[in-house]
Amino acid sequence: MRKTTFIQAINEALREEMQRDERVFLIGEDIGHYGGLFRVTRNLLDEFGERRVIDTPISEQGFMGMAVGAAMAGLRPIVELMYMDFYLVCADQIFNQAAKMHYMTGGLLNVPMVIRGQQGGGKGYGSQHSSSVESTFAQFPGIKVVAPSTPYDAKGLLVSAIRDENPVLFLEHKMLYFTRGELPDAEVDYTVPIGKSEVKRAGKDLTLATFGYTLLQALEAAEELQAEQGIDLEIVDLRSITPLDMEGVLTSVARTGRLLAVHESQSNAGIGAEIVARTYEEAPYLLKAPARRLGMAPASLPVSKPLEEELLPWKRNIKAAVLEMMK
Amino acid sequence: MAEPSLKASVPSAKAAVAEATAVLATEQLLSMYRKMVLIRRVEESLLDLAGSGKIGGAMHTAIGHEGAAVGMAAALRPQDYLTCTYRGHHHSLARGMDPRRAICEVLGKAPGFAKGKGGSMHFLDPSLGLMGANGIVGAQVPHAAGMALAAKIRGDDRVAITFFGEGALYQGLMHETFNMAQKWKLPVIFYCENNRYSEMTPISRTSSVAEIHLFARAYGMESVQIDGNNVEVVYETVARAAARARAGEGPTFIEGVTYRLAGHMANDLETYRSAEEIDMQRSYEPLTQLQQTLLGRGVAADLLAQLRAEVEQEVQSAVEFALEAPWPDVAEAYTDVYKV
Repeated sequence: MRKTTFIQAINEALREEMQRDERVFLIGEDIGHYGGLFRVTRNLLDEFGERRVIDTPISEQGFMGMAVGAAMAGLRPIVELMYMDFYLVCADQIFNQAAKMHYMTGGLLNVPMVIRGQQGGGKGYGSQHSSSVESTFAQFPGIKVVAPSTPYDAKGLLVSAIRDENPVLFLEHKMLYFTRGELPDAEVDYTVPIGKSEVKRAGKDLTLATFGYTLLQALEAAEELQAEQGIDLEIVDLRSITPLDMEGVLTSVARTGRLLAVHESQSNAGIGAEIVARTYEEAPYLLKAPARRLGMAPASLPVSKPLEEELLPWKRNIKAAVLEMMK
Repeated sequence: MAEPSLKASVPSAKAAVAEATAVLATEQLLSMYRKMVLIRRVEESLLDLAGSGKIGGAMHTAIGHEGAAVGMAAALRPQDYLTCTYRGHHHSLARGMDPRRAICEVLGKAPGFAKGKGGSMHFLDPSLGLMGANGIVGAQVPHAAGMALAAKIRGDDRVAITFFGEGALYQGLMHETFNMAQKWKLPVIFYCENNRYSEMTPISRTSSVAEIHLFARAYGMESVQIDGNNVEVVYETVARAAARARAGEGPTFIEGVTYRLAGHMANDLETYRSAEEIDMQRSYEPLTQLQQTLLGRGVAADLLAQLRAEVEQEVQSAVEFALEAPWPDVAEAYTDVYKV
């Protein structure tokens, strides 16, 4: 084991899968010669050449559509969206094409591609470069959605995503890029299964279900709540949004009797609302107090730091929600 | 703005490929004639079925477009990729799809190629290189470019062809795809079936450019306008484009001028054009043209009638097969969401 950054973990997964499988190639804006706006794909052009690391013009509809076609033809494209917000520019190719292809062809075709890139707030990028998109994607069967919170999960989940036979959205929170964590040595082939949550902090008072960067915020909130209030949070890292590991969530709720679901996409009709609804449908008897969700307030993220922090479901807002639930 | 020319033949483009129009043997032309009749009769039968309420949703027939499909099928290899617009029955039938499975699919019956899940707008059979018709105008065009990119990455010599109407040219992703395909010299053929109507709106009211093959010139792309109703011209043009693509010379844009003799979709009220206009087009349509060519080569009219009778029987038995075919098991509603 060694310590690496989140970026390094993703870069390694890309490189090792490209070495292992000739069908894997990368396509996107500034990913080759520049190495990616966030340097996630650096050095890959040198190793694999322009045939497999393809810099595109700023044409999201076009290159997303070409990736779908290449996947239909048996290759395994990995598309970088520079900012996840840009999925809206090429939404038809993602939702009407990639996600529906296997179903509407009666299983004759499949689209084994990964769409990856960074999302989320915290860096002052403003309304069109800070969105979190997982809840919207969760509305579409046919595409899987994963969002790791540690370098270990990032590498293991990305390898699983690349080897999957279906389109997979791989979400990297921009605040996670320079976080560090343990990673097995490069030659160790491991995967993290899609659709399996993991308890990242064991506790007895309340289950906090989240993923991605808000998981780190939740861990900090948990330590402070423990020290300040004696409240003991259990934190479940969903890791996958589609498929959603409700079994993992409910197993935890069975221990704590309380549930708070946290995410950066909109609270309204978001994935947290789904988790809460399914908890009431499937196991309402587990709950000692009403289950809640905490997502983004109904606004897009502003540039100004205090405004951004006001809206994001980060530590301060998480602590306030937990305290209210523990009253 | 002037109304569009209704003349189907395009003398200048014809001249460009004229020296090669005699390459096809009569035997091959006869087999192409049979395929065109098959497409025509399948489409007419589907319109009858739609008229009797047996087909749900939108169905777009290619009556009058047969030349493009049959000329293409003769010019390409079976493993060459093809994507097309939702007006795409003819491409699949021309490449060899079984009419029984085609009609079953449109009716939503179990023996349909996609178990009745895709229907009229999603014709495909990957074993014949048919990689999917598409319900979203223009969406299939980058798919074909992506398949051409895949061929280039793998280093094989497959080409991809994509069919779209002139109405698709006004979608933004066409610009993106043309630019990348030309920049990267992808082995792809962009075949525009210009039937001069975007659904119900004539080209004179949609396009800023009267001669649409000129759009492709802006990308530095090889571009040609042809009589898309002349199957020999289509064959020759597609064969040349494929040879260019295989030689690494990049994409070709083909504007095949044609005319849709039936409505945009089944039950189209067709308030946007006159009966005279449609009648005038009948003398230029692909079947009429090929029939004249064959008779001109001394083929007996009886032989053509015999071919038509054979096809008639095949299509009628396919319709009966489809009407009697079972519905899919309801459990199929939940399968194929993800590939496991």
